[in-house]
Amino acid sequence: MAEVTQLIHQYLRHNKKFPLVFCPGCGHGIVLGSLVRSVHALGLSKDEVVIVAGIGCSGRIAAYVDFNTVHTTHGRALTVATGIKMANPALTVIAVMGDGDAFSIGGNHFIHAARRNIGVTALVLNNFIYGMTGGQCSSTTPEGAYTHTSPMGQPEASFDVVELARAAGASGVARGTVYHVKALDGLITAALAQPGFNLVEALTPCFTQYGRGNGFKNPVAMFQWLKERAVPLEAYEKLEQKDGRIPIGVFVKRDVPGLETRYAAMCREFREKKGGAA
Amino acid sequence: MTQHLRKKRREAFVLGNEAVVEGALAAGCSFYAGYPITPSTEIMETMARRLPLAPDGVFIQMEDEIASMGAIIGASLAGRKAMTATSGPGFSLMQEQIGYAAMTETPLVIVDVMRGGASTGLPTSPGQGDVQQARWGAHGDHPIIVLSATDVPQCVEMTVAAFNFAEKYRTPVVLLLDEITAHTREKITLPEPGDFEIFSRLVPTMPPEWYKPYEETLRGVPPMPPVGSGYRFHVTGLTHDLLGFPTSRPEEVRALVERQFRKIDRFFQDVQLVEHVDTEDAEVLVVAYGCVARSARLAVKQARDVGVRAGLLVLNTLFPFPRAHVEKLMRTCRLVVVPELNVGQISREVKRVNEGYTAVRTINRIDGQIITPSQIFKEIA
Repeated sequence: MAEVTQLIHQYLRHNKKFPLVFCPGCGHGIVLGSLVRSVHALGLSKDEVVIVAGIGCSGRIAAYVDFNTVHTTHGRALTVATGIKMANPALTVIAVMGDGDAFSIGGNHFIHAARRNIGVTALVLNNFIYGMTGGQCSSTTPEGAYTHTSPMGQPEASFDVVELARAAGASGVARGTVYHVKALDGLITAALAQPGFNLVEALTPCFTQYGRGNGFKNPVAMFQWLKERAVPLEAYEKLEQKDGRIPIGVFVKRDVPGLETRYAAMCREFREKKGGAA
Repeated sequence: MTQHLRKKRREAFVLGNEAVVEGALAAGCSFYAGYPITPSTEIMETMARRLPLAPDGVFIQMEDEIASMGAIIGASLAGRKAMTATSGPGFSLMQEQIGYAAMTETPLVIVDVMRGGASTGLPTSPGQGDVQQARWGAHGDHPIIVLSATDVPQCVEMTVAAFNFAEKYRTPVVLLLDEITAHTREKITLPEPGDFEIFSRLVPTMPPEWYKPYEETLRGVPPMPPVGSGYRFHVTGLTHDLLGFPTSRPEEVRALVERQFRKIDRFFQDVQLVEHVDTEDAEVLVVAYGCVARSARLAVKQARDVGVRAGLLVLNTLFPFPRAHVEKLMRTCRLVVVPELNVGQISREVKRVNEGYTAVRTINRIDGQIITPSQIFKEIA
């Protein structure tokens, strides 16, 4: 406990009004904890970490942590993160986004950030719903789920975020849940340490907007659901009957230098060539 | 004494768009993010070749204009002088982020090379239809500075001015060009170090724990440290308190927005770039900007030749509207003519300032063709 308190004092903003804005039963605070522990584990200084967040519940995380924090417009966190990373590659840039943020309004930015392999860690808090806006469906809402904009059940299919990131060319792709906290700590730590574009999808329950409308009795039931459905990748592959199970763990791990590194090398070479020619 | 010893100045025969790049580099721009669109593309293409040659120069082609704005916002927060360039449709996409830059007081330069028409319109023809969009395109109340250039040498000067204003007042600055100015090739003297006074944003000097990122200062413009320099603070598009944290308390919201307007109002004279041509004794005044000002210049000269006391006020600053200059001339002229390549976006401002005092006549063209000197001459002589 003492250790936890110490971390809080070290990384959270003393002049920010607590408690957090999140509803009871929300998993976002757990992801925030994981993020802080990962930064701590890597020994990064608070000055070299930049959190760029989008709009919505997840976007509010940025205000609470004592890093360089930027709360951007809806869906554009990755574009701002790209600008910061290209302008100053020495910084550790983390884009904290929600599912609607990253894959609906920001879907185009997401695939392009993965394709150009910019050295940014995308931490997506996936709760399958627009929480702060009041419970509308997002592009990760499971088919059939009830939301305020899918009162008859969501007729559209949802993105498999892991496959999307893999296909777009991300350097690292991982999925965890807020129930499996230790594992999530590890996934975020590994993502922050690996060069290139890294996605960590953190499944986090939203009881207020999603759970109540979809047959969950209380927040505990949602955590129970995560516990039962999520299966480590190796075990998942051996399963004969997948029936609705969700694989978690590391899906892609490619040690490829980020765009900022490749770009700087290219410019250096270009300048030398031009210098030699003149 | 040393004047004649100086080596010969380098000259170049360049497009307006290329001159913008010369101005930007002279002003210290080291970051460009953009998305290609006619007729602004040469700015981007020239940047792609030039920036990698500069130490730490970064050029990046983003997936769209929204992403381009995001990238230059990020770069500016990281301490760079950053810009993007676009044309009408792309400019519309940028508006939300321009508002974000105004709210977060992030210095930026956005060049909009205007083309004809609403929507895809006339991609390769001139127009001046984005004037009010530049002022009011982003939602909500926010201050902004909008400049414009009439010829290629001015493309250099106005781009430098745009960066200087952006840095001085921590605000997005829009440079509006039109297709003719952007695609006219003229001789310019390439800028050299020392040619222009270059202003860079003030960075805080107090210890980080004393720093309040949105605190009122004597100039109304708080200093701005680059992210990663030890001054950790929160940047948000929400209305925020002096520390940058979201607030909706009326007194804090009002104080923030009022300061944002005040920081530019207070230095109103500094941002008023206009050129007076024969206005001292004018009884007929032409108010023009962009390529139309070139036609107007000839028309005024012709009118003088036939004995009409005509004058021209060239607006290089469109917003905040150079009210003081226009208003004063309005009181001494019997007629004001406002030619422009739209249905009347600056004449609206002129009439607002005039308040019915003097006759205001407009010349408008929206068919992708230029306004000729003879067309203006007919109205004033």
